[in-house]
Order: sequence, then structure tokens, then C-alpha cells
Amino acid sequence: MARYLSRKLMIYIFTFFVAVTIDWLIPRLMPGNPVDIMVSRMALRADVAEVMRSYYLRAFQLDLPLWQQYLNFWAALLRGDLGISIWLFPQPVLSVIARAVPYDLFLLVPAILLSWILGNQIGAMAARVRWLDNTILPLGYILTATPYMWLALLLAWALGHVVKIFPIAGAYSFNIRPHLSWLFIKDLLWHWFLPFLSLFLVMFGGWAIGMRNMIIYELEAEYSRYLGSLGASQRLIRRYAFRNAILPQITGLALQLGAIVAGAVATEIAFAYPGTGYLILQAVQNQDYFLLQGCFLFIITGVLLANFVIDIIYTLVDPRTRLGMVGE
Amino acid sequence: MGSRSELLYFAWRNVKLRIGLGILLVFTLAALIGPYFAHHDPNAYVGPPGYPPSAEYWLGTTTFGQDVYSQFVHGLRSTFVVGLLGGGIGTILGVCIGLLAGYRGGWVDEILNMFTNIILILPTLAVLIIIAAYLTVRGIVVESIFIGCTSWPWAARAIRAQTFSLRVREFVDLARMSGRGTLKIMLTEIAPNMMSYLFMVFILQFGGAILNAATLDFIGLGPTQGVSLGLMLNNAVLWAALQLGMWWWLIPPGAAITAIVGALYVMNVGLDEIFNPKLREL
Repeated sequence: MARYLSRKLMIYIFTFFVAVTIDWLIPRLMPGNPVDIMVSRMALRADVAEVMRSYYLRAFQLDLPLWQQYLNFWAALLRGDLGISIWLFPQPVLSVIARAVPYDLFLLVPAILLSWILGNQIGAMAARVRWLDNTILPLGYILTATPYMWLALLLAWALGHVVKIFPIAGAYSFNIRPHLSWLFIKDLLWHWFLPFLSLFLVMFGGWAIGMRNMIIYELEAEYSRYLGSLGASQRLIRRYAFRNAILPQITGLALQLGAIVAGAVATEIAFAYPGTGYLILQAVQNQDYFLLQGCFLFIITGVLLANFVIDIIYTLVDPRTRLGMVGE
Repeated sequence: MGSRSELLYFAWRNVKLRIGLGILLVFTLAALIGPYFAHHDPNAYVGPPGYPPSAEYWLGTTTFGQDVYSQFVHGLRSTFVVGLLGGGIGTILGVCIGLLAGYRGGWVDEILNMFTNIILILPTLAVLIIIAAYLTVRGIVVESIFIGCTSWPWAARAIRAQTFSLRVREFVDLARMSGRGTLKIMLTEIAPNMMSYLFMVFILQFGGAILNAATLDFIGLGPTQGVSLGLMLNNAVLWAALQLGMWWWLIPPGAAITAIVGALYVMNVGLDEIFNPKLREL
């Protein structure tokens, strides 16, 4: 198990390294460097612009040799220095992101866990109940094909505009200040429900279809037939099938994390929900590159950590990895 | 009955394939001929602002008085371009890397597999956001290329696994003994044996590229010139279509994306049943 996990951990560390390098490299590779854009926006006289340009080059240490810039980038990163936000000048990027994280987790963790658990249960049920299969399967395909933001907009329009039940923007009402009281918590949950529901529904479709197909595959496998011919009850066979079918679903969860995060970004934008996705929209609109790069690193780190947690869970669920019987 | 006509027979009998193809055909036609029926330039300010669907403006107008129908059909075009180009590039990269890693094995496989795993874990959209944000001028073609270049890993992984099982077969050994080159064996011996699978990979890559592009456009990192369905949604949200209840601006773009991607998924299931006799419902 230690070997399996340490191998995985190595890949994650290497991936993080690649991500940081991309984060550093892209601004330097792309045409039109940010300093020029900044200087041209000030609309200065030519000679003054040149002075400003060289000042900024030195201020951002862009006059140093590339390898030194790269090392400085890592040093700053390890100190937790992601630069200063331009949109919310002069707040550091790290604290801007730190304020958004609770909202991300509040939205994503329940949506991922509930959709995964319910999707697996319902999908397994659909594999043996005809009418459920006939409704869940088409519904599931429609849901997984839906762009996250569109379902979000659809729900907001239907339940927030036509039938005015739920609020359509923000994490809490504008006339309430965040504090610990029943009133505020109720308001918070009220605003949370629609973004949660739209994320939940899209993910649910995918898990239900995946589980249904896996169960059908497992019920056709030799061990199921053998158990059946031994006279085991259908319930027992299905229990075995479920335990085998859940493994690819766990791996699938790890593989889907990137797409889920993308969905969360889009959903938060649709509902103006103040998580990282909303920050990204603001960063794009205000050309706040430091904030954008900070969000990028934050998302990567989050996905890598979640991947590692899923790996640990996988070793707990699948005894073969624990005993070193699986090569990967 | 030859094997080809048998495949066609089962293809025609397959309801899922027919439904998927039908929906796809409708939208392809809309994208191809729709723009000729549009009386207005998609981005020109032509009508009264925020006007609901009418005889003159089939899908109403935006907050600025742009024709939503015109934006919609032109947006459909860019959706298909992104799907074909992004999906195509993703498939080709996945096939090449998967075939090479699976057939050569050894250190080539080690390196390619490591590379695949790293790109697989990296959240695609985050990388696309960073790249797109630094491009001051963005077009649909460039967007598709970047999407294709980041979407191949799962395909490469699956194709690698299939190549592993194919390369130990006798006919591959025979080709190797007869002195054929690696490239030739990969393309003429191994690839044709998983053609049906490669076709399905392309369909899934096609749908994935469309969804990725829609999300990217929705964040505001879409094409700087031109129209796309994701961009329509982005503008609709930014200019309060939701608060003003302008459903004609919000619903068509997303409905089209859902229908196209859903049709592709259903087609994929149908094809799976056609190519895999075990799944056929007789």
C-alpha cells in the first residue's frame, strides 16, 4: 500500500511542478506582455512611457535572467505570496482567494458526495427495475449533456424569476451582514440551494448511467453466473456486483474532478455566487492576471489533494491495492 | 450477407442511432442554411432592445437590440467548427500517443504514460483559462486547437490498453516478421482493428470539445470577434437577461448545446450496440 501511495504521490508532486511551470511560463510566452498593456493604458508621452516601462520591468523583476525569475517565482510561491490583486487593489491574492474558499467547499462537497452516493444507488436500482431504467437512462443522458451553466440559468429562470421561490444571485441577501444567527444561516441556505441543485443534477446523471452500465456488466460476469448456479439469492449476487462496480466509479470520481471544478466555476458565475469561479470572472473582466494565476494554482492544488484523498479511500475499499496485487 | 451490409442493417434497426443522427442532422442543417435566413448581422444593433420573439425577430432581440436568431445560427456554426476541429485534434493526438505507447512499450511507454497521467490530472479548463486570458486576440480556430491539445489523455489511455492486447496477436507478429516498419504496422495492422472504437472516441471528443468551448466562452474567454453559443450565454448573464426575464435569449443557446451533445452521447451508445454483437437487442 505504501508503495502504491508513494508512487501516486510522486506523480502528483510532479504534476504540481508542471502546473507551476505552466503558470510561470504562459505569461512569458504569449504575445503582448502585461507591462506593455499596462503602460499603454496610461496613455503617456513616449519618453515618459519608456521610463514607466523600465520601472515596471524592474518592479516585477522582469529584467532578471529567466532562470532567476523562475526561482524567484517558486520562492514567492512557497512564502504564500501570489501577488496583489488589481481588481481589489491592494489586497493580496491569497487573502482574496481564502475568502472565496469556504463558499466553494460549501457548494462542491455536498453536491459531489450526494450526487455520487445517490447516483450509484439509483443507477444500481435502474439496472434491475425496468420502468426505472426507462426513465433514468434518457434523463441521465440529457443531464450529462447539459452544460452546467445552462441548467443553472434554467433553474434560476424557472424557480427564481417565473415562480419567485429562490433568490437568483449572491450567497446571502444584500441587506444582511454575515453573522452567526438562525436568520443568517437560513438566508445562506436559501441562496445555496439553487447552485447546489444544478451542480447536483448534472453530476447525478453521469453517475447513475455509469453505475447502471457497470452493474449490468458485472451481473453478466462469470462469478455472478457461478453464484447464481450455486443457488445464491439474487440479493447476494447484486451485493457482490455492487461492490465490484463501485471501484470504477471511485476512479471515475477522481478522473471527473477537473470537469466538476469547471462546472462549479460556470455555476458560480451563473448565480454570482462568491466562490473561486466568480473570482475568475472578475479577474478576466478586470484583466487581473495575478488573481487569475492565483485561482489557477488554487484549483490545481485542490484537485491534486482531492485526487490523493480518493487514492487513499481506494486502497481502503479495494484490498488488492492494499496487498500490492495491482501493478499500477 | 456481407459483414458491411450486416453492420448497416443493424445500424438502421438501431433506434438510438437514428434518434441521435436525426437530431444532429437538424442542427447541422440549421447551422448550414440558417444564416441565409437571417436578415441581420449577428452583432449589429438592429432592433428595439429586449424585444420578445416576433415575425421580424424570430427569437427576439438582446438588451442592445441584436437579433437573437442571427446570433443563434451563427453560433451553431462555431459550435460545429469547435467540435470537429477540437474533437478531431483530440482524437488524432490520443490515437497517436496511445498507439505509440501501447505498441512500442518499454521506456517510450513509460515516458508517454507519465505524460498522459500528468495531463489527465490537470484540470483542463483551468489550463485553458490561463492560456486564453493571455491571448489578446482569440479566434475559434485557436480555441479549438487548445481544446484539442488538452482533451486527448483519456483517449490515449484507452487506446494504449487496446493496443496492448492487439500487439501480441499472430497477424501483428507476422507483419513484424515480414519486415514491415513500426509506423506501417501501427497504421495498417493495429488501427483498422479498432476503427469502430476510434470512431466512438471521436464522437465523445466532439461532444467534449463543444462543452469545453461553451464553458470557456461563458467565462468570457471565448472568441473576441464573432459569435458562439457560449458567448451568447455570457452576454445574457452579464446584461441581466435573467433579472429581466428574457427567456428567448437564455434558453435557445443552451438547449442547442444540450441537444447536440446529448444526441452525440445517444449515438455513441447506439454505435456500441452495433459494433458489439453482445449488446444487440434482437
